[in-house]
Amino acid sequence: MAESTTTLARGAVKVRSARRGRLERRRARVALTFVAPIVVLFAVFKAYPFGYAFYLSLTKNKGGVTTFVGADNYSRLIHDPLFRKALSNTFQILLIQMPVQLVLALVIATALNSGLLWLRGVFRTAYFVPIVMGLVAYGVLFSSLLNPQYGAVNDLLGHIGIGPVPWLDDPFWAKVAIAIAMTWHYTGQTAVIYLAQMQSIPKELYEAASVDGAGAFRKFRAVTVPGLRPAIVLSVILSTIGALQLFDEPFVLTNGGPENATETIGLYLYRNGFQFFDFGYASAIGYGLTAIIVLISLIQLVVLERRER
Amino acid sequence: MTRLPARLALNLVVALGALLMVAPFVWLLSAITLSSAGIRAGGAFLVPGDQLAHNLSQLFNTTGFGRSLLNSVLISAIFTLLAVAVCSAAGYAFAKFRAWWLSALFGVVIVTLALPGQVTLVPLFKMMVSLGWLNSYQALILPNLALPVGIFLMRQAILSVPDELLDAGRVDGAGEYRIFAQIVLPVVRPSLAALAIFAFLTTWNDFVLPLVVLRDPSSYTVPVEIATMQTVNGTDSISLIMTATAISILPVLGLFLLLQRQFIAGLLGSAVKG
Repeated sequence: MAESTTTLARGAVKVRSARRGRLERRRARVALTFVAPIVVLFAVFKAYPFGYAFYLSLTKNKGGVTTFVGADNYSRLIHDPLFRKALSNTFQILLIQMPVQLVLALVIATALNSGLLWLRGVFRTAYFVPIVMGLVAYGVLFSSLLNPQYGAVNDLLGHIGIGPVPWLDDPFWAKVAIAIAMTWHYTGQTAVIYLAQMQSIPKELYEAASVDGAGAFRKFRAVTVPGLRPAIVLSVILSTIGALQLFDEPFVLTNGGPENATETIGLYLYRNGFQFFDFGYASAIGYGLTAIIVLISLIQLVVLERRER
Repeated sequence: MTRLPARLALNLVVALGALLMVAPFVWLLSAITLSSAGIRAGGAFLVPGDQLAHNLSQLFNTTGFGRSLLNSVLISAIFTLLAVAVCSAAGYAFAKFRAWWLSALFGVVIVTLALPGQVTLVPLFKMMVSLGWLNSYQALILPNLALPVGIFLMRQAILSVPDELLDAGRVDGAGEYRIFAQIVLPVVRPSLAALAIFAFLTTWNDFVLPLVVLRDPSSYTVPVEIATMQTVNGTDSISLIMTATAISILPVLGLFLLLQRQFIAGLLGSAVKG
């Protein structure tokens, strides 16, 4: 899109008369006034802080005096066991949660798309409604639901002879608790994305598959999944980026515990910046996170795109 | 045509799943009618108690929740209005004007979508300190105003407005600003609604930035207030925390049930159309 418009503009400029050129310049000035607010906002509240964070990441603050320390914060970051722990926690949660969410969302979207379903609108609303809840609100709610002493979840599990499960008190179960909360919150949204994409798959493809004698499962594999690929790729990348920045849920549910089992990169950055006031190191963590996100997104793009061919 | 048992089974499974999704809301509704002791005794689920009035009066009289609610309402309202204005203007420029620097700028907008906002947390905090903006509304409103998703959404919507419509306006002697306000905006009204909902959700639920720049409890927004109640009081005031949580969900839930179409478009717009 971007390239085609620039080449178009270039080609157009050559053939255009001087009068058209003046008109174009006037229109460009108009365009500038339309984008001026976001340009200023981006420059002041996005570009400048990003640059400033990089500068901070090369400094150390001791007793109010900021000194330049080069790459010290970064070499500390690479050898920091807690940063590694936060990173591995994040990946463990991601690797449990994302496949589950992806499959569930696919199943839900397929069911919601089925002509055999009654009350489709009502069901769609029910599956989508969790996303409405703010991160803090659902974190607080789940910390009550999963409370090992009085939580409704253990209560229900007790009735069928399971538990009590030490949600939030045990390093393993605390991760599971966060994964469950995230799955509840985001699956419906992902399902509705898949559903929208499913409905845009041409009916003829399914009819052709029927003519070829394909059953329901075969049609799902040969028509639905390839048709959904762009939406799946996008949701995998977005969930990964989201999970790497995980902050609100562990902050409210577990505050990183027990035994740092749910410490995430976001929490660790916050702690260093606003509890230890080590702005330099917090900024280095931020840039470490950015590097990881860029790297993983690129890998996912390459791998998922290649599989498409 | 199809066998009824299969159809019944499908509906049953989907209904069970839907029940699971809605259950936390039902639990919450029940919890706010109980005392903290009642919740701790595991009493919440479909059994309404009689403590709702007590919880509400306690919440508004003994905690800072009322003030936080006012802060959140004002911040979200101002943010939504400004974000709609700023993002739709930018969307118009990106959709209907051609220049190399516009394409480059749009690229910057897209890249920002993927960059983690947490990197800017410390610099934003230091900026707010030096500007004297800690505890202020503008500290929460300005940094996120240029919503990349909102700009993208508006660009996509305005791209589909036919150029002939704009040319007709020009023939009638309308200037670019009048064309934008009186021709483009009315046509894309559904997308404006989607953008407004998205913008409202973004500020209403925002947590990390408020947590960092709001130091004085009287400046807290609802999520910060709830998280603070949770960490300070623990389960002693669980009924108040749940009541606060329920109130924080109410406006969003109301919006969702009233404007479901625009709501879903707002949350998915960028993903689906992109």
